[in-house]
Amino acid sequence: MKRIVLSSILALLYSLSVRGQETATSPVPPGEARIQSLEEQVRTLAEQVALLRAELQTMRQTQAPAAPAPNQVLLAAAHVEPGMAAAAPANAVTPTAPSAPAPESAAPAPAQVAQTQTFGGATSNAKLLNPDISLIGDFIGTAGHNSVSPSPSLEMHETEVGLQAIIDPYARADAFLSFGESGVNVEEAYVTFTSLPAGLLLKVGKMRAEFGKVNTIHNHALQYIDRPLVTNNLVGGEDGIDDAGLSLTRFIPAPKGWFAEGTAQVFRGDSDDLFTATRRQDLSVVGHLRAYRDLNESTNLDLGVSYARGHNNAGEFVADSSAFLTNLYAADATLRWKPLRRAIYNSFLFRTEFFWSARDQLSPSDVFETQHAFGMYAHAEYRLNRRWTFGGRFDRSGHANNGNLTDTGFSGILTYWPSEFSQIRGQYRYGHLLDPATLRYDNANEFLFQFLFVMGAHGAHPF
Amino acid sequence: MTAAKLHTRFFAFLSALALLFSFCPPPAYAASKLNVMTATTDLAALAQEIGGDKVDVESIARGYQDPHFVEAKPSFLLKLRRADLLIVVGLELEIGWLPPLITQSTNPKIQVGAPGYFDASRFAKILEIPTGAVTRAEGDVHPQGNPHYWLDPENGLRIAKGIADKFSEMRPGDAPYFAERYANFELRLKQADQQWLAQMKPYAGRKIVTYHRSWPNFAEHFGLNVVGYVEPRPGIPPSPQHTVELMGQMKRDGVKVIVVEPYFDLKTPNAIARDTGGQVVVLMPSVGGEKEITDYFKLFDYDIAKLKQALDTAK
Repeated sequence: MKRIVLSSILALLYSLSVRGQETATSPVPPGEARIQSLEEQVRTLAEQVALLRAELQTMRQTQAPAAPAPNQVLLAAAHVEPGMAAAAPANAVTPTAPSAPAPESAAPAPAQVAQTQTFGGATSNAKLLNPDISLIGDFIGTAGHNSVSPSPSLEMHETEVGLQAIIDPYARADAFLSFGESGVNVEEAYVTFTSLPAGLLLKVGKMRAEFGKVNTIHNHALQYIDRPLVTNNLVGGEDGIDDAGLSLTRFIPAPKGWFAEGTAQVFRGDSDDLFTATRRQDLSVVGHLRAYRDLNESTNLDLGVSYARGHNNAGEFVADSSAFLTNLYAADATLRWKPLRRAIYNSFLFRTEFFWSARDQLSPSDVFETQHAFGMYAHAEYRLNRRWTFGGRFDRSGHANNGNLTDTGFSGILTYWPSEFSQIRGQYRYGHLLDPATLRYDNANEFLFQFLFVMGAHGAHPF
Repeated sequence: MTAAKLHTRFFAFLSALALLFSFCPPPAYAASKLNVMTATTDLAALAQEIGGDKVDVESIARGYQDPHFVEAKPSFLLKLRRADLLIVVGLELEIGWLPPLITQSTNPKIQVGAPGYFDASRFAKILEIPTGAVTRAEGDVHPQGNPHYWLDPENGLRIAKGIADKFSEMRPGDAPYFAERYANFELRLKQADQQWLAQMKPYAGRKIVTYHRSWPNFAEHFGLNVVGYVEPRPGIPPSPQHTVELMGQMKRDGVKVIVVEPYFDLKTPNAIARDTGGQVVVLMPSVGGEKEITDYFKLFDYDIAKLKQALDTAK
């Protein structure tokens, strides 16, 4: 029965299609139409042949001087004219890629370079002054149980647009706009002055503060899907200390083999719920000292201490709101191993950060107090081969307004890279978390997965 | 704590930092020797040939390292901040690691476009410049052409000439010295190239397969024919399907030699060689890839000796 129905449907469809064809071709006799279309084809082909011939001719002419004659070693014409080096500074404005040659200056290169550089004509030449544009999509899915800080089952967590360019001979600028579920956020937008005297590096704009390591890293560059518990509990949530201000960095003389660097930053004093500025003078400051050493060519050690202070929101309903400060101290250590010959296959990273928070607030009995809280995380990962990395993280953190209530958690992370420009990651996360509303602990068991994709300009590899 | 007290503390903090910075020595004044940093060892070797004892040259990448994936270690900053000249390969080879190093070096002399920023690709003959649409469906493509151009002695000479002119511009007093060294280098390289070409002549037109697209300039100069790649696309690890296709192609075309760079895994090339009765040969794309490859000449000596051996045994 089924077969009969199926064959009748097929027959019906066939008859319909045949009739359709007939009606479509009916106005012109079929033979003539074919001849017409063939004529058309022959004409266009002839035109294409003529074009190709002309192109071949020009190609032969340009290539002729470069073709090495048998046994003739290096052509005299191959030498670069002395004037070429003087022309080098002409590529000053090359915002598309710092290491790329400027096509404008490459164009008048002497005949020694026997290639015809193709850049798509005048219209795309104008685009060469556009900034490097990139977009990173970050999709996160969550399954399992978490009653304390539940996240959506599926979300387009962040779509980050990066615009980067060299501004002039003295500065470059970087802007990262992140489009999330709740709107657009300027994650970072700052200008960096690279040609200051005395080895100073000045950044001005909105930026992630140089407070520890994880605070400086964008979401898509993290080695895990979520941020450590301590970031949420003590350092202002996902964005961390991310504020408008000025940053000054300089090398510090160090013993041989060590690299040392100091950073001082001043911000407006508004960072999530960590710092709140109610008056102009409620600025926040961040200081960071970094020491780095190559243990050998594949292993290195990166150490840092950080300090941040600013006004908090505990004094919102009190007359002298500026009296409530938060002091943050942090120490970080990173050990990296990456054998140079096998850099794309195997590597190891261990990182740990410790945070101490001292927050002025009012106790439940309305007495001024300074609440001390401690938090840390430790993370290790190993790259198995070109495509797979696995890692784990341990979390422990008190709450900023009650240091005795401690959250604990651990995660296992597996990452797969189809290519350098996409990433698929899974993370199992366990948490023993305090519910701030009920002051009860609850166990969270979750599985997170993430898809990342990168389009546009090739960004810097994270280090 | 009062606001005034906070302010005094804040300024104390700032002045402490200022004091810290003031202890740093002033930037070194132009020393008698030119301080040259290069992205790769090949450029360092060329700069050394021209600069002789009037320059100090050091490379960021090592010769046995994949130049696409160098790490932006802060220890390089110490060297970059003292550099008078930075020579780069360009064509986006170093795009993953060099831009942040240049920015953080706080050295105005070597910023992109400054007189101390030298892009060697501007002097070389570049192959495989994509025309038409460029997408990453083709893998990690270099829109401005193949950046492995230094593996052609003619390009080596062109770059050396560019470096000589640059040195003379920066140290006009030593211009005759650099000109003489260049002339000497040109003579030696031409002689050596004649020998290399003679050595490779019997193998003209031989078909080979390479792991990555590192060898177009080398193959063009020495008359080899690269017909396939172990990587399905640049920067994409080998896939079973592509490997099977490649093995079929190699058998059809009688390709017996697989050239691999020292930083790639030999598992797939070895499997291909077993199946096709071919030979895997590890060639060094850069000076310093092996201890004995100490200069630009020894790089070709080494590669050609190895390649000849492989082409002979895999007849």
